[in-house]
Amino acid sequence: MIQAKHLTKQFGQFKAVDDISFTVQAGEIFAFLGPNGAGKTTTIKMLTTLLRPTSGTLEVDGLDPATSPNEVRKRFGIVFQDPSLDADLTAYENMEIHGVLYHVPRKVRLERIEQLLGLFELWERRNEQVKLFSGGMKRRLEIARGLLHTPKILFLDEPTLGLDPQTRNQLWTHVKHLNQTEGVTVFLTTHYMDEADRVAQRIAVIDHGKIVAEGSPQELKEQTGRASLEEAFLALTGSTIRDEAATSADQMKQFGKLWGNRR
Amino acid sequence: MNAIYVLWLRELKRYIRSRAQIVASLGQPILYLVALGFGLGPVFQKAGQGSYVQFVAPGIIAMTILFSSIFSGMGLFWDRQFGFLKETLVAPVPRIHVMLGRTLGAASVAMCQGLLVAIVCFIAGFRVADPRALPLAFLFMALIACLFSALGTAIGSVLQNIQGAQMIMNFLVMPIFFLSGALYPLNNLPGVLSVATRLDPLAYGVDGLRTTLIGVSHFGLAADGSVLIVGTLTLLWVGSYLFSRIQV
Repeated sequence: MIQAKHLTKQFGQFKAVDDISFTVQAGEIFAFLGPNGAGKTTTIKMLTTLLRPTSGTLEVDGLDPATSPNEVRKRFGIVFQDPSLDADLTAYENMEIHGVLYHVPRKVRLERIEQLLGLFELWERRNEQVKLFSGGMKRRLEIARGLLHTPKILFLDEPTLGLDPQTRNQLWTHVKHLNQTEGVTVFLTTHYMDEADRVAQRIAVIDHGKIVAEGSPQELKEQTGRASLEEAFLALTGSTIRDEAATSADQMKQFGKLWGNRR
Repeated sequence: MNAIYVLWLRELKRYIRSRAQIVASLGQPILYLVALGFGLGPVFQKAGQGSYVQFVAPGIIAMTILFSSIFSGMGLFWDRQFGFLKETLVAPVPRIHVMLGRTLGAASVAMCQGLLVAIVCFIAGFRVADPRALPLAFLFMALIACLFSALGTAIGSVLQNIQGAQMIMNFLVMPIFFLSGALYPLNNLPGVLSVATRLDPLAYGVDGLRTTLIGVSHFGLAADGSVLIVGTLTLLWVGSYLFSRIQV
């Protein structure tokens, strides 16, 4: 479903993603883990057509995001690391805009909106402005929105950041349910290792732009001889705290400023 | 086309719900109208130029549309900061549709603001010379709104921080306004100032409005309309080009 070969993204002299290759099978839940600034979000941005790779090839559902961006965009839903809802609009209006942007026919759109807002327990609050929602409700709405056009692939970039355990639990239950009932392929990043351990069938660990390990949660534990995924992750990436000021996103912004947002 | 419509509608919904913004944005035009219209009125009349409220009202309407359209267009910057921009950039629609929807939405918001200020001007004593020219006046208002919304979108596409917005205000928007002839007649200006006003697209917008609303013309309606149409198309092209290069 997703294939990356020798994928590299460079901002000036800084290599945010450095010659990585991986494959995600259809219907799989694939976790892409790494410390801050490791290259996770940059990789997702390349997969979702927001950034062009410096070199290497990408395939999403058999299509190249660089040459067929709109076709690729129809096939995935995404929940970004940062909120991307319009807080001045209602939950329903946010869903409606998404449905129109993704060419979902009106009748289907209305049915799906009702179904998804119901599934994520937001139907009763559909006419309230999003700025009145809690963090958990916003996150649920973003996931509901990402699923509106029935995507084949769902990208979740740290979707549980800042959520309480109850909401996190509910969210992952929904994601697993979707994966099992609708066969949605899930590509996720998270800093919570227990979550990855619980939901992911396969994991790739990225550090300093390179993939340092890949396998099932159990295989990673066995490879490192650790009992938990968190310990395995620390064994693979070290325990030094990463400098958040030098994340790939910052590098990208700086590069954009210097070179006028050239791709 | 549905994408253009839904993004246009979004801008209008946000405007209608932001009552504080509506009221706040009326403050400056009303201040200009009252302080300048009535404050300078006697001097203007003594100089044999007639009613200053009549003269300045089209300029104040144009000023309202200028500020509102540029800042609505630059709302793109906030969409970038608060994330909604990403939602539109990963959608399977051509980026030019996204840009057009936003720009037309910003222009419609600016038109609404301009119409509100026109009503305030009417209450303050402004009278249209020939009501039959009103449709043409609305057309000029729409052209000003589209031109500067496209400029706002172009600026919002490259604006990286809020300090940049302050610079745009001081070094672009205010000069555009003060050089437009909104507050003073363009006749008999010193050479350099005269050239500068001729390079200012708002000067043609103000002149077009003044011609249609009070029958006083400087450049001529054909020149006003041509400059605004060419300027709008050029800035739409520049805006869509810059928008297509946005990275988030």
